[in-house]
Amino acid sequence: MIQLHQLSKSFGRLEVLRGIDLAFDQPGITAVLGPNGSGKSTLLKSILGMVIPDAGQILFHGKPIDPLGSYRKDISYLPQIARFPENLRVAELIRMIESFRPQESSSAALIRDFGLGPVLQSQLGHLSGGTRQKVNLVLTLMYDTPVIILDEPTAGLDPVALVRLKDRIIQAREAGKILLVTTHIMSLVEELADRVVFLLEGRIYFDGKPGELKQRVAEPTLEKAIANLLSGGHLSPIQLPESAGRVTRKMNGHVVHPQYNP
Amino acid sequence: MIRQLLFLALILLLSGPAATRTLHVGPGQSYSSIRRALDAAGTGDRIIVHAGTYQECPVVIDRSITLSGYGLPILDAQGEREGVIIEADSVTVEGFEIRHTGYSYIEDRAGIRVKRNKAFTIRNNRLILTFFGIYLEHARSGVVENNAILGKPLGEANSGNGIHLWYCSEVDIRNNLIRGHRDGIYFEFATDSRIRNNISEDNLRYGLHFMFSNDDIYTGNTFRENGAGVAVMFSRRIRMLHNLFHLNWGQAAYGLLLKEIYDAEIRENTFQKNTIGIFTEGSNRIHYEDNDFLQNGWAVKVAGGCDQNTFIRNNFIGNSFDFAAIGNMSSNRIEQNFWGDYTGYDLDKDGTGDVPYRPVKLFNYIVDQTPETIILMRSLLVEILNFSEKVSPVLTPADVSDALPRMHRYGR
Amino acid sequence: MLRIIRYSFADLIRSRWLYFYTGFYLVLTGALFLISADLSKVMVSLMNAILFIVPLVALLFGVMVQYYTREFTELLLAQPLPRRSIFLGQYLGIATALAMSFLLGAGIPFILSGIFLSGEIWNFSILLLSGVLLSYIFSALGYLLALMHDNRIRGFGLAIVIWLILAVIYDGLFLLGLAWFSDYPLERVAIGVTLFNPIDLARILILLKLDISALMGYTGAVFNRFLGTSTGMGLALVVLATWAIVPVTLIRTISLKKDF
Repeated sequence: MIQLHQLSKSFGRLEVLRGIDLAFDQPGITAVLGPNGSGKSTLLKSILGMVIPDAGQILFHGKPIDPLGSYRKDISYLPQIARFPENLRVAELIRMIESFRPQESSSAALIRDFGLGPVLQSQLGHLSGGTRQKVNLVLTLMYDTPVIILDEPTAGLDPVALVRLKDRIIQAREAGKILLVTTHIMSLVEELADRVVFLLEGRIYFDGKPGELKQRVAEPTLEKAIANLLSGGHLSPIQLPESAGRVTRKMNGHVVHPQYNP
Repeated sequence: MIRQLLFLALILLLSGPAATRTLHVGPGQSYSSIRRALDAAGTGDRIIVHAGTYQECPVVIDRSITLSGYGLPILDAQGEREGVIIEADSVTVEGFEIRHTGYSYIEDRAGIRVKRNKAFTIRNNRLILTFFGIYLEHARSGVVENNAILGKPLGEANSGNGIHLWYCSEVDIRNNLIRGHRDGIYFEFATDSRIRNNISEDNLRYGLHFMFSNDDIYTGNTFRENGAGVAVMFSRRIRMLHNLFHLNWGQAAYGLLLKEIYDAEIRENTFQKNTIGIFTEGSNRIHYEDNDFLQNGWAVKVAGGCDQNTFIRNNFIGNSFDFAAIGNMSSNRIEQNFWGDYTGYDLDKDGTGDVPYRPVKLFNYIVDQTPETIILMRSLLVEILNFSEKVSPVLTPADVSDALPRMHRYGR
Repeated sequence: MLRIIRYSFADLIRSRWLYFYTGFYLVLTGALFLISADLSKVMVSLMNAILFIVPLVALLFGVMVQYYTREFTELLLAQPLPRRSIFLGQYLGIATALAMSFLLGAGIPFILSGIFLSGEIWNFSILLLSGVLLSYIFSALGYLLALMHDNRIRGFGLAIVIWLILAVIYDGLFLLGLAWFSDYPLERVAIGVTLFNPIDLARILILLKLDISALMGYTGAVFNRFLGTSTGMGLALVVLATWAIVPVTLIRTISLKKDF
């Protein structure tokens, strides 16, 4: 379904993605992990065409992605930060996003699930962060698309909403969809992920089942496994770069400030 | 005996009019040409010319008669002669269309010329493409009224004046329409005359032009789209009342141009949308009162040598510049005018602003120095400059100031 | 794209900033009428306000809206929509909302004053047209600035600098230049320099209505041809339109390359 070939991207002098090769062809949930600045979001946004890669190719359904973006009708995307035009009402926003897509939307069921009925006529600027995130989720999940990309979906959610979200994610997996998720909540990964892609400094350091990762570094939990990975250098990048040593040193430099606080 | 003589005189006097005749000219009339009828006519006779085209210009009238057109007969001067020449007192010419005198560089050919006589009446004529329209020389006590004098200006050198007076006095010029000449009406050494309710427009130079003419009055006229509306030069005691000076646009275009005149009165006129409303130079003791200056480029521009003039109770509204002055203005009086741009206050509510108004802005000065800067007019920068100059005047003259500016415009 | 214009417009016309802006013009124009019954004076004061405030507000608004809708823009980018419709749509939404706000605020008092019965209607229309054009031009510039600079302080700072330059400094240098080289024929230069500043252009457009009597007094043939005929007005309008089109084209080009 989605293939990335030698994808590279720099922002100024900062190399964010360095020759990424990845494929998402099998249904299931892939957790894209890595510390802040490791290139997770950039990777996902490249797939959506929001970031334009410097080099490499992205194939969707076997074809290079179209800059006009019509392929995006097959992708649902949950952005990391949920901020909307402050003066639009919730219902208006949902209607607007619906008007951009040809597919059938199941917004009514989602509004019920997340309990948004009472705020439908409120202006978005008046909503709390958690409620906005729920609106964000409705906008993302209301389409039946083969690919779902969720960037930090749990941020600010109350427990009930979190349960609903998990249900939805599991349903989607059962429906044979491809899900890409970034999150800092390792328990969520352990609970749901079929596959883990670990990114660091713009390279893939691990790509496999969560169990394999724990096994490889001999840690009982994913959380520990990641921490271990960041501090030790058990692994080297999967692709062999010409300057692997330099990268490792730089990597070690970052370990001092591990961004993972699960 | 004396009684009898007086009686006889009375009879002669009363029977005089009865003795005059009416002569008809035209196809199928008693006279086939105007000249024949003129030869036959006696003092006080009336010649009626019927419709048709007459090619016998110039028609020279050497006796006191009335020459009337009936059905607008055409006198065609065929491009090389004058139309009508009046050489006797008490002549009336009315109801003709006089055409096509042609242009000349040697003689001032006229549609109708009055030579050295008095008590003439010229009315209800149409003068089409005459070099000069109506030319009065050494004439007095006459009337020129209801004529339309329509020329086609080619250039100042080969255009004449619509109504031209040279050494005349006591002439009434009223209700005429003059268009397309060099000067619409031209006065040189013409005195004690009245110009009323005429329209003078589209003339190359001036709508009305006075040279060395004293004690004249013009009132209720409209001067529109001329090179300059009216020019008064080297004249004294001219009264200018109730006239409209409108749309006299262009380089050096004025509503009213005053040059070396004295003791004039300019009252209740409207100056609207002229490049310069009034331009005055070397003119003294002029009284400007109750005039409206609306939307002119410069409402009043005073060049050097103007003393003891009075500007009082005028409205200055919507002009790009209200006042420009060169030279010493201290002997002139400017007061009680309404200035649209006045921003002062009136705490004692007497209708007069409590701070004097200085109508000359810094930007006036800048534009005088570098004319191209006019393209910056009304920019924020210019407003700032004007404001700072207003706060602490350096370059603008302190003696141009209205100490009693009115808060509200005068209703007229 | 029409849908995006519509929603962006719908969002903005409910913004209190915009209410404030409309209210400002209502109060300003209304007060001008109350203070002075003289229509041409109202016109001149309003003209100063338009040339001064419309560009500043439009610039800041363009910058602000671009920044504060970044995340929402990302949401739109994830939809099956071409980029150019997203960005042009958003821009047109902002510009139209601003222009409407201005039109209502400045227009209502004029309508109430019965201007449509007077001969000033054309002057007034030109005034409104200039305000509308300036709204479109400067909101495009602001939007463009925000697109080019992710650093918000830099974006707002540049907006204010650009405004200062175009509103005052440019004319100051222009005036100095004219005074300095006043021995040379400068007509063409003067007209040329004017064309490069949209505020000056809008001003000239209004001048041609309000001050044509004075402008006709200038003794240069080129000026007269430019200012005295419909050529000037036509040229000014065309260049103003260009001033709107260029930043819009840049918005399009930059938005196609930009990462979010």
